[in-house]
Amino acid sequence: MSAVTTRRLPRLWWLGAAVLVLLAISVLRVVTGAEDLASSGTVRATLIALVPIMLAGLGGLWSERAGVVNIGLEGMMVLGTYGAGYFGYHYGAWAGVAGALLMGAIGGLIHATATVVFGVDHIISGVAINIIAVGAVQYLAALTFVGLPGGGQTQSPKLDNVGSITIGPLSDALGEVEGQNIFFVSELAAVARALVTNLSLLVVLAFVLLVLTYWVLWRTSFGLRLRSTGESPSAAESLGVAVLRYKFIAVLISGALAGLAGGFLAMVASSNYRDGQTGGRGYIGLAAMIFGNWRPGGLLAGSGLFGYTQTLGLRQGGTSVHALLLAVAVLATALAGYQLWRKQVRLAVGILVAAAALITVYAAIDVVPGDFVNITPYVVTLLVLAFASQRLRMPAADGQVYRRGSAG
Amino acid sequence: MTNLDPRLQKLGLGLLAPVLALVLAFLITSLVLVLAGDPVGEVWSTLLGVPAERNVANILNNATVLYLSGLAVAVGFRMNLFNIGVDGQYRVAAFVAAVVAGEAWLPGAANTVLAILAAMLAGAAWAGIAGVLRAKRGVSEVISTIMLNFIATGLVAYFLRRVAVREEGSNDIGTKEIPEGSRIPGFQIGDGSTTEVYGFIFLAALAGFTYWFLLNRTRFGFDLRATGKSTTAAVASGISVTRMTIVAMLLSGAVAGLVGLPLLFGDSYSYGSTFQSGLGFAGIAIALLGRNHPIGIAIGALLFAYLDEQSNPLQILVGVSPDIVAITQGVIVLTVVISYEVVRRYGVRLEQHAVARALEAGRATATDQEEEARA
Repeated sequence: MSAVTTRRLPRLWWLGAAVLVLLAISVLRVVTGAEDLASSGTVRATLIALVPIMLAGLGGLWSERAGVVNIGLEGMMVLGTYGAGYFGYHYGAWAGVAGALLMGAIGGLIHATATVVFGVDHIISGVAINIIAVGAVQYLAALTFVGLPGGGQTQSPKLDNVGSITIGPLSDALGEVEGQNIFFVSELAAVARALVTNLSLLVVLAFVLLVLTYWVLWRTSFGLRLRSTGESPSAAESLGVAVLRYKFIAVLISGALAGLAGGFLAMVASSNYRDGQTGGRGYIGLAAMIFGNWRPGGLLAGSGLFGYTQTLGLRQGGTSVHALLLAVAVLATALAGYQLWRKQVRLAVGILVAAAALITVYAAIDVVPGDFVNITPYVVTLLVLAFASQRLRMPAADGQVYRRGSAG
Repeated sequence: MTNLDPRLQKLGLGLLAPVLALVLAFLITSLVLVLAGDPVGEVWSTLLGVPAERNVANILNNATVLYLSGLAVAVGFRMNLFNIGVDGQYRVAAFVAAVVAGEAWLPGAANTVLAILAAMLAGAAWAGIAGVLRAKRGVSEVISTIMLNFIATGLVAYFLRRVAVREEGSNDIGTKEIPEGSRIPGFQIGDGSTTEVYGFIFLAALAGFTYWFLLNRTRFGFDLRATGKSTTAAVASGISVTRMTIVAMLLSGAVAGLVGLPLLFGDSYSYGSTFQSGLGFAGIAIALLGRNHPIGIAIGALLFAYLDEQSNPLQILVGVSPDIVAITQGVIVLTVVISYEVVRRYGVRLEQHAVARALEAGRATATDQEEEARA
């Protein structure tokens, strides 16, 4: 047992990583003077931007761990935005959450039926669901929202929020500390303040679901069986696991989580359902999951990266991302040193050249144009896929159609 | 079925699948309409009516665009590559073509040809990134093309702002207008219609023919299809899979580069912030519907364009949202795949029965002869 686990990350590695990231941001703030890098406003906005991506990614995780690729996450999210809009308006906020879960699960049901029962190619089914979902939601919105106060073909009436947590005195005290501009302490206070001020219950729920997913998939026999259907379905079946049933359940849960991601967009990130609200976040969730190597912790890091850059894109992002250029350049230099130490000279030189280019860009401009800020996460994902894909390991039977009785 | 000519039977089965798919899609859409309490009969009579002359031109125009998109996806499909990125590829390509044509470095038609070539190159280059990543680094083209779609959107928006001229009296920005001599003239069908059919429709047909010829009548096409069917067999016969992957992606991207051009040269004459997007995903559906066959794709494109056009008056005439058609189109994608699989299994079973019967008959005559010999 211990021989196998030697290469594993230490316990609570994510806490250490979070502290390191925060420390790096503090240094960066002092060096570049980009004040908005870690204000409590930025942290809060990042949380709001991160959660839908994380939930969509969690949906992807459930389905892909059971060996079903889910490109339809985007469509399921779209269904979720409508579910939140319809049920949230008529029956209250928590009914909206339930409606989002339900509508997403319906999308999951279609995907599961097509891929698991009928053996349709996973990508084709996902594309079909994305087309159907957009059409269905526009059709339903025209049917149900027209004529309601503030509602119309492209949006629902205003929705109630699910409520949030604020610990008043603590928030004020932390606000004061944040205002002092003390190195690292202020950043820490900003993060803490964002967590005790107007923290939406859905954000809390999302993180509970993340931990729950980890626990169920990696700490229960149900999860072990579910993952075995994604690694080697025929072996699983020969051991008596009902492969198709596990896959079916996994895709249903996947849909529900993606639907919740959509519901979050409608209810927390915004205050009503709007047409085209998801803006491709389902795909980003998928990317975050791949970035995170099909693991919950990595998925969180991936969604954090996407959410953070997205937020910077909105909040005087030009200067912040400009500051981040410097950070990336320093990181790249460090990486080059590491590769040199590993005697990978050509790679090291390549990385050094890239770092030098970044520093040149950093010196040459003051503000990164908004469009480039917006595409940063996608470029980062592509680079990670291109240069770290050998380290990524997806479930062995991911994307393969399995037919009952293949165990022979 | 027993007395049918096997070739006729094969043709029957081939037609059965798409018909089954359409019937299923029809039933599911009707079910949705019934559940929503919308008038089913009126919706279908509006959708399936005979289009007016003015609508025929629109249908042909939309079909031209969708056809090119379907063709681009089909090139990838033949090699087992999923080009989800047609959207980004045609966006980049249309922008490049609009800039090149707008600058008008060459006179008249030469300018048009240059712009079309530039579009194909740009589309190919954009898709080529995904091809190289797939071939050299093993990155799934599905993910990389999705990322490239987003990147294309951002990059084009940025460069558009750099080169744009503001259109008169509007907030939309666009590239310089293509000079009149470099546009591709359309033609009218019938007398009453004012809408012209894009002249680009002939180029689309040419692209379809080239696709067919390249894939079915050349060594290269054989290699490509062989690699798509089985990489191990391809490697064994000396085909470089790395090279084929990149080339297939480049070709797919080059065709994708054409998708935006009918609009550009026949209608808008400039690339602006309102340029039509989202044609790539429809292309996937159409390629599937047409089974990657150039004629099949054309039928699929016409069907989708027809449904789109016919759905426009739904809101006014019947009071039903035209988006119902998107549901039908998405459902068609699923039912097409499912019904082809079901029909394939049915065909296999028919064949097995036929073989079994033939064997049985052979054995029977053999025993007869034996008995005769004994007697």
